[in-house]
Amino acid sequence: MKYLLLKHYRGAPAAVNDVPMDRWTPEEVDAHMQYMYDFAARLERGGEYVDGQALAPEGAFVRYDGEGRPPVVDGPFAETKDLIAGWMIIDVESWERAVELAGELSAAPGAGGRPIHEWLEVRPFLADAPSATE
Amino acid sequence: MNELLLRELVPAVIGVLVRRGADFASAEDAVQDALVRALEAWPEDPPRDPKAWLVSVAWHRFLDAARSDASRRKRELALEVEPPVGPASATDDTLRLYFLCAHPSLPQASAVALTLRAVGGLTTRQIAAAYLVPEATMAQRISRAKRRIAGTTLDQPGDLGTVLRVLYLVFNEGYSGSVDLAAEAIRLARQLAALTDAPEVAGLLALMLLHHARRASRTGAGGRLVPLAEQDRSLWDTNLIAEGVAILQAALTRDRLGEYQAQAAIAALHADARSAAETDWVQIVEWYDELLALTGSPVVRLNRAVAVGEADGAQAGLAALAGVGPELARYNAVLAHLTERAGDLERAADLYAEASRTAVSVPERDHLTREAARVRQALVRGARGARGE
Repeated sequence: MKYLLLKHYRGAPAAVNDVPMDRWTPEEVDAHMQYMYDFAARLERGGEYVDGQALAPEGAFVRYDGEGRPPVVDGPFAETKDLIAGWMIIDVESWERAVELAGELSAAPGAGGRPIHEWLEVRPFLADAPSATE
Repeated sequence: MNELLLRELVPAVIGVLVRRGADFASAEDAVQDALVRALEAWPEDPPRDPKAWLVSVAWHRFLDAARSDASRRKRELALEVEPPVGPASATDDTLRLYFLCAHPSLPQASAVALTLRAVGGLTTRQIAAAYLVPEATMAQRISRAKRRIAGTTLDQPGDLGTVLRVLYLVFNEGYSGSVDLAAEAIRLARQLAALTDAPEVAGLLALMLLHHARRASRTGAGGRLVPLAEQDRSLWDTNLIAEGVAILQAALTRDRLGEYQAQAAIAALHADARSAAETDWVQIVEWYDELLALTGSPVVRLNRAVAVGEADGAQAGLAALAGVGPELARYNAVLAHLTERAGDLERAADLYAEASRTAVSVPERDHLTREAARVRQALVRGARGARGE
């Protein structure tokens, strides 16, 4: 089963250890990066990693505005809007395993070397086709 | 026969098919099919004459495709007449393929893909893997590109500047997946340099070699970006540097300066310094002046400001930055760097943090975050020191 782990810049509840990254020490920044890197590498070795990408904070909502007209762009994102920093897709056996891994990722070290306790969003993928056995 | 030697045959084989009367798009498709077959069959059963094998298989593929397409019946009839042997040599055909694949009417991403396939001999699957897109997506992009240049004949002269820009783009894509695009770009630039004696081709080749020579030192653990001043210079490839410098010097004596030669000259000055402190920043600024005169590019102006900051001090660097638009990528990073050197740490930390939010790559973003953290920490230490803690 595939799950999407979403990391938010904004829109999620604040992390417990909520200190902006540029106020950490360089060693704390490195430790955080290394943790994320090792996490993905470990999942990849274990066959649970599918893909992951980081997203830029710039972005906009866009919609159709009628025949012959250019799309309406409501952007850039206002401060109140949700902002997604990046995502990771994992392919695991169960919802419980997905939650366990998200919990692990949320324990990445932050300011003071303590876990960041950041909220991650976990969303199951809908299957491509109805199950053949039902 | 290794894969690289096989790929080198591709442009010549396309050239043979085109001279026999095939249109470029069909010839390229046929050769790609033959290439994929060769990659499967050759490891066990290598042919005695690889080029003849590829020509023969590709030609049959082309005829099959032409026959199966009813709308091409007329052309097929024409093909039964023995085609005239063109006067062009295989070398000229390859040069024309470069021009055709980098045709100015193509979007750059398409020109890159087509060049890698028709001149570089990569398979669609390899190109797709290098650019992290599905194979079907890349196949579509390539066929769209070929449709767009359909009807352009191989004997029209092309735009060398566009070819060089395409190779430069390939080089900058660097390394991902099974194909090393930087090495591929160098291979293609070497081939191009053998086909034409334009000094800018040599300039681009020198530039690539000089940058490639520093590659091992540019990233640390986990893909972490290591800035030039902190790189371990013992990891630099001195053979590549010597080759790049020799090629550049030969090009410069021709006295037809262009932007790639000027960029290579700057890279050569960095490569020449045994330590960051020994860098000849005054000469680097002079080359940036040349580069700016040639291009008028705001990106060059931005980089020049960094060099001015090193040569004449942070204030001079900040003054040089004055005419650059703040919307430019990396503007905040440069401003942060110069502001830190000018001693305003508070503002520098904010600027590094701001720069990290507008970074265009993950390694750059992480690097700038770390820089913000480093400057912020220096501030905290400074404040504690002042309080006597």
